[in-house]
Amino acid sequence: MVFQQSKWGKAILYFLLFSYGCITVAPFLWALSSSFKPLSEIVSGGINFIPKEFTLQNYYDIFVKEPLFLRWMYNSALIAVVATVCNTLFNSMAGYALARIEFAGNKIMFILILAVQMIPGQLTIVPAYLIMKQLDLLNTYAALTLPMMANATFIFMMRQFFLSFPKELEEAAEMDGLNRFGVFFRIALPLAIPALAAQTIFVFMGAWNEFLKPLMFMSDKSMFTLTLGLNTFKGQYISHWNYIMAASMVFTLPALLIYAFFNRFFIKGITFTGGK
Amino acid sequence: MTHVSSWRRKLKNNVTGYLFLLPTILVLGTFLFLPVFYSLYLSGHKVNLLGEVSYKWVGVNNFTRMAGDERAWIALKNTASFALFVVPLQTAFAILLAVILNAKLRYKNFFRIVFFMPTVTSSAVLSLIFMWIYNSNGLLNRVLEFIGLHGYNWLGDPAVAMKAIMLMNIWSTAPFFMVVFLAALQDIPDALYESAMLDGAGGWRRFISITLPLIKPATFFTVVMGIIGTFQLFDQSYIFSAGSGGPNNSTLTVALLIYQYAFKNLDFGYASALAVMLAAVIMIVTLIQRKLFAEEKLN
Repeated sequence: MVFQQSKWGKAILYFLLFSYGCITVAPFLWALSSSFKPLSEIVSGGINFIPKEFTLQNYYDIFVKEPLFLRWMYNSALIAVVATVCNTLFNSMAGYALARIEFAGNKIMFILILAVQMIPGQLTIVPAYLIMKQLDLLNTYAALTLPMMANATFIFMMRQFFLSFPKELEEAAEMDGLNRFGVFFRIALPLAIPALAAQTIFVFMGAWNEFLKPLMFMSDKSMFTLTLGLNTFKGQYISHWNYIMAASMVFTLPALLIYAFFNRFFIKGITFTGGK
Repeated sequence: MTHVSSWRRKLKNNVTGYLFLLPTILVLGTFLFLPVFYSLYLSGHKVNLLGEVSYKWVGVNNFTRMAGDERAWIALKNTASFALFVVPLQTAFAILLAVILNAKLRYKNFFRIVFFMPTVTSSAVLSLIFMWIYNSNGLLNRVLEFIGLHGYNWLGDPAVAMKAIMLMNIWSTAPFFMVVFLAALQDIPDALYESAMLDGAGGWRRFISITLPLIKPATFFTVVMGIIGTFQLFDQSYIFSAGSGGPNNSTLTVALLIYQYAFKNLDFGYASALAVMLAAVIMIVTLIQRKLFAEEKLN
């Protein structure tokens, strides 16, 4: 260890950790506290983190007065859930096939999937828009869910997972008369749950927080996701920081809850993809 | 007999293999693989979007046009300086945090969860929260006034606006890379440190001679991912500047410029050419780094 295990060393460590912790949570606490303040208190300033005049009005207003807020939430949730379910299923199927099934072209498919990982996102935005336009999918849920249904990085991760997976289990299952699909769904997939959980968080967060794709594909206000809705909110209520902060908190909560719930897998998942 | 059954088995494996891969082939093929070629095609054309999409071949015009495009140079300069500033700091910061968290401490998991909050939060939300903090009436100025300093119009000054985004970006991405380094640190055997200590190596010496060399793969991963991430900066500058890249083009990034040309000016050909350039730059940088790190490994 770099730091001496002395009393002073420990004290310095805790001080650094605590200070950094404060820097990390302060913006969130500030936003949270602002979301419970009336606008007058926000603009009049002061650095009080506890609202002088606590109010739930901001939350009431965004849910009730802004007719589209609930719709945006629904859109975001729907897209994130569909993306998550499809990803975990399709990435695992692909990873499994690459790791376990001997078919012609297995190697080439694997190399292609590795190569696809290196394509910078910018290269795809313009053509992706034109493809969606020509498929007549602009302003539909399909425009956002279809491109997010599989992910090369996680296919790679699942392949590595299934490679290190005991073969005997599958062979025994095959003896019992299960075909490949049976083996995959009944044996391999249930045992891959830790890897699937890591994927769930990454994919859900990615889809829930996605900004550029909805900005490109959705011009109908009712098809906006929360990320976009929040941004138009900013334009619409230019100085209504109370609403923006309340909406931001509503937006952040689901992601934080999912993260807190899957936390262990999250760290493990990164270790998995940590480039080793 | 066995010959026939082995042939049947092979066929069966091929069919099953491709059935398992079918969804992936469709999705990645249509929305990743095809766009790469489409992008190259578009970059050589003028695209007309009215009614049916149509293309007119313009050769390398879209590329030569870049040389005289002042905003393209500004965007490239902004993006490069963003990467030069953010990547080293975020890497150093991530290593520091990981080393601290790797020490035997209580409440380690609590700190990990707290540190991680920005990574989990969407950049749209973070940008809005920080805009409010940087606002002339916001938290930062109030704190400065509280300790007797003057407030400042952080987002209105072209000299400062991008720095404000940089700070926020380092703050929100360092924790992700911290976890990468934590994983790497945990793979270093304690025995190495113990024997170094017996040889009289101090804490700093051990960090330089043992920790840093052994976390090199993680450092490589972080630097590459950091560069790719910073070169793609879009959400934050879009939200901070309401899509304009202002004030005075100071927050204009290449990704934002591509977006503007495509969706504001409907100039899809030129936007694609810019994207091809950016992709080429990212790939070259990645390859150079790969080479540098690979050579060091051999020594």
